[in-house]
Amino acid sequence: MKKTGGEIIWECLKQEGVKHIFGYPGGAILPAYDALCKYPEIHHVLVRHEQGAAHMADGYARAGGGVGVAIATSGPGATNLVTGIATAMMDSSPMVCITGQVGSKLIGYDAFQETDITGITLPITKHNYLVTRAEDLAPAMREAFWLAKSGRPGPVLIDVTKDAQQASCEFDWDAAEPRHRNCCLAASSAAPQYGEALELINHAKRPVILAGHGILLSGAMREVCAFAERTQAPVAMTLLGIGSFPASHPLNLGMMGMHGEAWVNTAIQEADLLLAFGMRFDDRVTGNLKTYAPMAKKIHIEIDQAEVNKNVKIDVALIGDLRQVLGELLPRVDAGNREPWLSRIHELKGDSAVRDIQNLPDDGHLYAAHVVNDLWRETSGEAVVVTDVGQHQMWEAQYYKHDQPRTLITSGGLGTMGFALPAAIGAKFARPDAEVWVVAGDGGFQMTMAELATIAQERLDIKVAIINNGYLGMVRQWQEFFYERRYKATPLYSPDFVKLAGAFDLPGAAVRRRADVVPTIREAREHRGTYVINFCVEQEDSVFPMVPAGADLHAMIRRPSPLVETAQDL
Amino acid sequence: MTLVVQVENKPGVLNRVASLFRRRGFNIESLTVGHTEKPGVSRMTIVVDTDEAGALRIEANLYKLVHVQRVENVTSTPSVFRDLAMIKVAATPETRAEIMQLTHVFRARIVDVNSESLVIETTGAEDKIDGLVEILRGYGILEMARTGRVAMTRGPRPEASANASGQDDSLEDESVSYSV
Repeated sequence: MKKTGGEIIWECLKQEGVKHIFGYPGGAILPAYDALCKYPEIHHVLVRHEQGAAHMADGYARAGGGVGVAIATSGPGATNLVTGIATAMMDSSPMVCITGQVGSKLIGYDAFQETDITGITLPITKHNYLVTRAEDLAPAMREAFWLAKSGRPGPVLIDVTKDAQQASCEFDWDAAEPRHRNCCLAASSAAPQYGEALELINHAKRPVILAGHGILLSGAMREVCAFAERTQAPVAMTLLGIGSFPASHPLNLGMMGMHGEAWVNTAIQEADLLLAFGMRFDDRVTGNLKTYAPMAKKIHIEIDQAEVNKNVKIDVALIGDLRQVLGELLPRVDAGNREPWLSRIHELKGDSAVRDIQNLPDDGHLYAAHVVNDLWRETSGEAVVVTDVGQHQMWEAQYYKHDQPRTLITSGGLGTMGFALPAAIGAKFARPDAEVWVVAGDGGFQMTMAELATIAQERLDIKVAIINNGYLGMVRQWQEFFYERRYKATPLYSPDFVKLAGAFDLPGAAVRRRADVVPTIREAREHRGTYVINFCVEQEDSVFPMVPAGADLHAMIRRPSPLVETAQDL
Repeated sequence: MTLVVQVENKPGVLNRVASLFRRRGFNIESLTVGHTEKPGVSRMTIVVDTDEAGALRIEANLYKLVHVQRVENVTSTPSVFRDLAMIKVAATPETRAEIMQLTHVFRARIVDVNSESLVIETTGAEDKIDGLVEILRGYGILEMARTGRVAMTRGPRPEASANASGQDDSLEDESVSYSV
């Protein structure tokens, strides 16, 4: 069956089961867009900026577990994808990006809208392709999808020249099957590492499980839960690991690292065994490596060999798919009773509870943490929350308790501001029945707020909570702590977000008092369609606790005691 | 550290490998690429300034490149290391005989003679070539080209050093690539 290159792109997407793609047309990708007319089963979402397309594809993948697809033209279209691709790379999100390229005869001649996008994206993709012949398209597409989701997932880019889209060739899906590569070879259960790991686990008195994104990617939630319950090991989560273990579970500690609660980080520092499940000891999680968990042996279960011994010296590494490895380990671990250890952690928690902002009396100020916590209560913790990057992101991680996997979607590794709104659009397409909330700061929201138009055009139902403190809050916090409050370039003018929403025919409301938080959230939830809430919160509020960059994990700046705070407020 | 890397001979593969070293902060001291006994497969010998842990990191990261088939750290494996140099040295009628004699001592060859210069070709371990270069420096080296190190393990069949999979992989087996 003869097809043009443009048609082959859609045929392949159809075969891969893709129903939604996010893109922006342009000259070099026009033949493919023209061919799209013949494929009404594929819904194309027109974005307002290609960065949005990449984040949408990313959000789509994170929320739904499939592969997200973004499409753009050559030159600026392709380069605008870059931030989104890098975001997906850092957070192991499976994504395929298709870009148009100038005709193959023009490559290298600085043609109009020519850019070396395969060169540019080389370090931020798992792999990329420059396809100059229609014949090479189907094999590249199939391999790209396979690569994106295999092993440790990530983004793959396919750059297709205009002539390759126009040329015709025989399309044979079966013949295009990628030649098999063993993507991840789990060590066999007989491997000596298993015995060593079991030895450490069964003898540990103070174990802590470090739950990472790998649990979600591997789909190992049940295994992790069973493992924790059997060994009675408490579970600390990375930012991207949130949702991999129910927040309401008694063994759940919460988020670790720079803005982790004091008891979590202290538990890690006092542990005698760390069980790292699909996480990579990022610097935001470890603090000073020299003093990190000094008494603990470390077991690392990881699919990517290159992560082992990268930051932290590992005692036993089990390479492979987490679910598989835990499946091997589970029947062989001893049921543990770790009462002294758990009561020690309980003791640590008590000290923090008095400092918890939830225990603050209402002093007339609107705190972002209250807003997030109220949102959690109102949505029964069941919403898919998509955050941006900064203070609100950390408050979300601390005060929205996620019990379900894939309900927190956030840019972790790259820390990409502007991620929330477009990623939420992708998440909504992946899970149309889920209640999707954007939680974004006033800074990050303004980076990609043009995608409100995409929301309006697609008539989507996404609730938007802007945590507006008039500053680039996290940067301001660093200036306060480490630069003697010299607030250079962090005070931020914002448009009237309610009026802005109105310009897109979207309803909205502003909230300035604690008493209005819940009623407004309820109003937004009752409205069928997108609703924008501008929460004007305390301006100079900071995220606590905080481990300053590079400091020892136990050397936290603690949340001020409520007594001190109320005294100041009075 | 000396790594021998077998890669699929695809456009851009050298760039992918070199880019990996750069972005992971490793400094390549020398890199040579050439054909192998298998069509479509190229062989790189890469000398990099790092320690054992660094070499392991590089190895694991190299395996994540789709086109990389096999990585071998031959640093402490009994191997033959060779470098080829061509050295153009100033030679007057008075000094020529002397230089030719030195060339002979180093078992190097003269491949071009001119009234003002000689081109000396030599193959050997790098320290031997360094020795020759030092001696010739006194006469005036006009130009020099060195290939950088190529390496091959001794014995009939190479063993892959990175076989995290625990699987038996032969040279013909391309499944070594994790591409995670």
